[in-house]
Amino acid sequence: MNILFDERLDGELTRRDKREVLNALQHAAPTLTLLYREEDLRPFECDGLSAYRVLPMLVALPENLDQVEALLKCCFALGVPVVTRGAGTGLSGGALPLEQGVLLVMSRFNKILTVDPDARLARVQPGVRNLAISEAAAPYGLYYAPDPSSQIACSIGGNVAENAGGVHCLKYGLTVHNVLRVDILTIEGERMTLGSEALDAPGFDLLALFTGSEGMLGVVTEITVKLLPKPETAKVLMASFDDIEKAGRAVGDIIAAGIIPGGLEMMDRLAIKAAEDFLHAGYPLDVEAILLCELDGVEADVDDDCATVREVLTHAGAVKIQQARDDAERAIFWAGRKNAFPAVGRMSPDYYCMDGTIPRRELPRVLKGIAELSEQSGLLVANVFHAGDGNMHPLILFDANKEGELALAEEVGGKILELCVAAGGSITGEHGVGREKINQMCSQFQADELTFFHNVKAAFDAQRLLNPGKNIPTLARCAEFGAMHVHNNDLPHPELPRF
Amino acid sequence: MTPQDNDIGEALCDQVRHAFEQRTPLRIVGGDTRAFYGNAVEGAPLSLAEHRGIVHYDPVELIVTVRAGTPLEALEHTLAENRQMLPFEPPRFGPGSTVGGAVATGLSGPRRPWAGAVRDFVLGTRVITQEGKLLRFGGEVMKNVAGYDVSRLMVGAQGTLGVIADVSFKVLPIPTARHSLRLAMPLDEALKTLAALGREPLPITAAAWYASELFLRLEGGQSSVAATCERLGGDALEDDFWTALRDQRLDFFTLQPSESLWRLSLPPNTPPLALDADDSAQLYDWGGSQRWLKTTQDAVSLRAACVQAGGHATCFRRAAPSIAPFTPLDPVVAKYHANVKATLDAHGIFNPGRLYPAL
Repeated sequence: MNILFDERLDGELTRRDKREVLNALQHAAPTLTLLYREEDLRPFECDGLSAYRVLPMLVALPENLDQVEALLKCCFALGVPVVTRGAGTGLSGGALPLEQGVLLVMSRFNKILTVDPDARLARVQPGVRNLAISEAAAPYGLYYAPDPSSQIACSIGGNVAENAGGVHCLKYGLTVHNVLRVDILTIEGERMTLGSEALDAPGFDLLALFTGSEGMLGVVTEITVKLLPKPETAKVLMASFDDIEKAGRAVGDIIAAGIIPGGLEMMDRLAIKAAEDFLHAGYPLDVEAILLCELDGVEADVDDDCATVREVLTHAGAVKIQQARDDAERAIFWAGRKNAFPAVGRMSPDYYCMDGTIPRRELPRVLKGIAELSEQSGLLVANVFHAGDGNMHPLILFDANKEGELALAEEVGGKILELCVAAGGSITGEHGVGREKINQMCSQFQADELTFFHNVKAAFDAQRLLNPGKNIPTLARCAEFGAMHVHNNDLPHPELPRF
Repeated sequence: MTPQDNDIGEALCDQVRHAFEQRTPLRIVGGDTRAFYGNAVEGAPLSLAEHRGIVHYDPVELIVTVRAGTPLEALEHTLAENRQMLPFEPPRFGPGSTVGGAVATGLSGPRRPWAGAVRDFVLGTRVITQEGKLLRFGGEVMKNVAGYDVSRLMVGAQGTLGVIADVSFKVLPIPTARHSLRLAMPLDEALKTLAALGREPLPITAAAWYASELFLRLEGGQSSVAATCERLGGDALEDDFWTALRDQRLDFFTLQPSESLWRLSLPPNTPPLALDADDSAQLYDWGGSQRWLKTTQDAVSLRAACVQAGGHATCFRRAAPSIAPFTPLDPVVAKYHANVKATLDAHGIFNPGRLYPAL
């Protein structure tokens, strides 16, 4: 199933001559760095979803707000689409370029503007790396909580665009819970501030609407984030289970005991083996699942909670419980989980990472469904799981050099996401829809809901110039792929052409 | 299920469809305890009071889905029976205060700076659109980034973009230990103390100051609460203080007829503003980020002072209806508000004017 932009389904795009656009941009912003030769454009042809590549018409690397403003005004006037990109680590193709579009790369906006320890906030440019914020806040005993696995490389602007999560979301929230304010440039080049350094702002919560909007509503030019005091201590328990369902139930039992762990992660047998082969984290190889449970806070409370969790885990049938003796061992325990993706990558020429969420109680049923899909397709699936908040990352192993395997992997992936939707969940917990899951959106939302989304988009970008084709599928696309809900055999929107 | 559980979603959709066709404005009402907040709305009442009941609650999932007309008291009672809570402590302005009203107004109680606001705990909604269709956004999962975050857009929009029919919340366990205390302390010292304490990982979940006293609530594990309590000293305070503050039942909230009650929302660590008011007319909540002010001062100068400091001022209870309740929006932001309103409520049937005359 090819997901590249298809004007028949995704809407027509204005065609402009590359030289004309280049001249117009050079005229509008004489100091702006613009790349236009094929060899210079090549590094920008994909983001973290590298199976899909498109050479953009032009790449712009602005260094200041005036350049971005001039670029947007120019593209708006010409009707040229703009795809904004941060560090390009996104896994859903949210920054996949368009042949007829300009790729606006915000990586040179890489300054931490202020860190205010008394107000506990930091003002940063969108190209700043996620981890760099915590590093800048560390001297004050503070940190920025959301920690996607790509935190060494991913940029905060991309985090806002995707509403990025991480392994500590259950307790500390997603990006939307930790961003106080964003400065925006609209497609018309207007400057606007959403949110506030105060804890709320008058009017609609457009800050929440923009968070996770995948660059479809505006361009983020500055971000104010909340900083938290570093927990006094963090301890991690690793529990092994001879049955994955027991591990799943143990997660519910921990929460039922009134404990909200800082992190609560599960890995299945294949993921454990991959991580252990790669990093030698000391994971047991003869078990079906491990749970990593991190408890953080004030030392005395954490000790109490560790005791409670041990009891719960024992009761839930854990065959072995280990507690990291010190921070070094804690880091090793986590290294296996944080590097699960590259570890799996060593086992197989290619893998395809899914990002569905489900209500936790549905875990056994969904895991069973995944196992069946794996068996039917002959493709191995390793499961890593943000167990505390029901966010699954099944990794489908395949070899793109084998005829038909990429298509098969995508098909299995699509079916896994449909399993998640059927279980009352979502096709994406933290990676975003981007281009990757554009067709699955048709199974999660009905035509009226998609139309509502398109109306929201129209309020900010009526000409659909910002990142067209991402996040929200057209009804024509859903009609074509047939995944849209059909009630009483009435095909929604019979007036739409089917291709 | 209680005998009062009732799903009138279809009837509500019919009423909205009719209003859309006839282009007649609707005044959306739950328990009608928050009508004072915002401009008065002229319109036919659309009552959600009968649309009530908990649709789904699984304590182990930490998620509850509830109909908008459910009284907050009933929901919080059920949660408490399972030792769980709505962490954002929504204020109740009367026994009839509903879940829908709490979400539509987006107001949060004393725990807000530490736990988060209403919008932080809203996972999904079912919304009645202008065409009278019941649509689902978000859902009963902790993480969901598919599509735009319409649910959070509805929080605080005061029903001007659609009718919130059902809401799914993330809930949390009630902390094992709780202790509240009061310390005699002048304002400047209290603000310094709060800034210093805020940089440490302490189990503080509420901090207020008024009448020369600092009030603190500690919540967490037994050990940390006991240790922090010992460190801070002070006199014990009834926990009821926080619900009285939340619901504005403290003596402080008694107004003279000429006075308005203002809510100043300011960045953390903002020093006292130069206002035409003495300390006794101010109550600092949220560690100083939310300040209640009783005054006759004019809206323009008061708002200017707050905007200058990076915040905004809401005339929460107005001495005269001529005072605009909310801080005017910057022109670009106002333009996009108008665009959003025009696309989601083309005929202006949803609570017209409640937030701003143009919306």
